[in-house]
Amino acid sequence: MTKVPVQFTLNGREQNEFVDSGSTLLAALRDKLGLYGTKAGCHQGTCGACTVIIDGSPQLSCLTLAERCAGKSVTTLEGLTGNGALHPLQQAFMEGFAAQCGFCTPGMILAAKSLLDRNPSPSRDDVIDAISGNICRCTGYDPIINAILTAAEQLRGARKSA
Amino acid sequence: MSVTLLAARQARAVPALQAKGGIVVAGGTLAVADLNHGQGPGTLIIVDGLGLGRIEIKGRKVILGAMVTMAQIAHDRRLKFLHPVSQSIGGPAVRAMATIGGNLFAPAPYGDMAVALLALDAEVALHDGKALRKLPLENFLKQRGKYEKSLVVSVSFAMPEANSFRYVKAVRRKPVSASLVTIAAVLPRKAGKVKDARIAFGAMGPCALRARKSERALEGKALDASAIKEAADLAADGTAPADDAYATGWYRRQIAPIHLQRLLGA
Ligand SMILES: Cc1cc2nc3c(=O)[nH]c(=O)nc-3n(C[C@H](O)[C@H](O)[C@H](O)COP(=O)(O)OP(=O)(O)OC[C@H]3O[C@@H](n4cnc5c(N)ncnc54)[C@H](O)[C@@H]3O)c2cc1C
Ligand code: FES
Ligand code: FES
Repeated sequence: MTKVPVQFTLNGREQNEFVDSGSTLLAALRDKLGLYGTKAGCHQGTCGACTVIIDGSPQLSCLTLAERCAGKSVTTLEGLTGNGALHPLQQAFMEGFAAQCGFCTPGMILAAKSLLDRNPSPSRDDVIDAISGNICRCTGYDPIINAILTAAEQLRGARKSA
Repeated sequence: MSVTLLAARQARAVPALQAKGGIVVAGGTLAVADLNHGQGPGTLIIVDGLGLGRIEIKGRKVILGAMVTMAQIAHDRRLKFLHPVSQSIGGPAVRAMATIGGNLFAPAPYGDMAVALLALDAEVALHDGKALRKLPLENFLKQRGKYEKSLVVSVSFAMPEANSFRYVKAVRRKPVSASLVTIAAVLPRKAGKVKDARIAFGAMGPCALRARKSERALEGKALDASAIKEAADLAADGTAPADDAYATGWYRRQIAPIHLQRLLGA
């Protein structure tokens, strides 16, 4: 298998990696970099468990060729916990019982983060749209939607007091 | 499996690579999924550097580069009438990746944007390695297997008259899922009468198709209950939709007239 160098920004840090030509970002994150926050579910775009943020928009790492990330900025779940503190989305998911088995959680949180980065005051329908590509087999979605709305409120509060 | 990625530097170089068995990866939402299942070819052609990701609007003419994504359309205020279409395709991550060019090749029940573009009477510009050619989208779709070894460069159409474009996609799971039936219609009117209506169906055959019988039933008529009923009754005529995980072909033929009737009556 041909190895190809790829230089990109991962969770705010410059990253240089050799990846297998034609391999996915998901494989690079999990198998090469040991970042297991990004989950591997269906490998066909349907479950959303592998969602990451690339240059500000939510994308499916299972369908993204690693080589095409050259020069781009990738955020995974691991990038949310700067200085060890949980991100308000993580806190709200935990407190609102929005994670049961937890398999969908990283994808849900990144889908939600990319919504809140663009739209700090989303409606319930905006939140439903934001996670419409993410499947959860456990929670019934309501706790997830509520947690995202709670986190949005907290982030707005934090911004105001800053 | 060993895979090579080739970054194309010129549109005209792509068909030669395709002829050698390479495939273009645009958004990759279908192509990379195939690759993950071991079905991909050995050569992937990356066309990111060809400047195909632009939306151009000159007067009433709209040109969508083949690499324009559904999310780009959803964020372009000038294309508000297409927002319900882009919004109906996958979740936000799929929309951020899925391109116009890829949508023209998407097998049923996918290809919702192609349905809208067909109703808009769009033209496809493609490079066959020798020259840039233009052809009506309808001809392209009817023989799209033949164009798999060409690079789609852009799709263009005239902005429809205000309030003349309508769209509906029937799905089993809200807010988004694959189509049971998709309908796009452009209904221009002159002195209250329909003139040159164009109606396109998705998921009613292997690719998007025009509902000519229904179009003719509306021609020269006011959009009243009897004209709408006549057009709706003809909707499924001659169609052979597939059975898939979402619906049977039989079911699609039952619901197509109902959704057309509602869309025209809206
Ligand atoms: C979870 C999920 C949900 C989806 N939901 C929908 C939906 O609701 N509606 C819908 O319509 N689709 C849907 N799709 C299918 C798909 O995402 C879209 O049809 C999309 O527009 C395909 O574009 P792409 O750029 O990703 O194509 P790719 O996967 O990059 O390419 C698809 C095919 O087209 C060819 N191709 C692409 N661009 C060109 C070009 N410029 N020139 C020549 N050949 C080209 C490729 O070689 C390949 O054979 C869904 C997919 C997933 C994974
Ligand atoms: S693993 Fe990527 S969408 Fe399921
Ligand atoms: S918490 Fe188990 S899949 Fe969502």
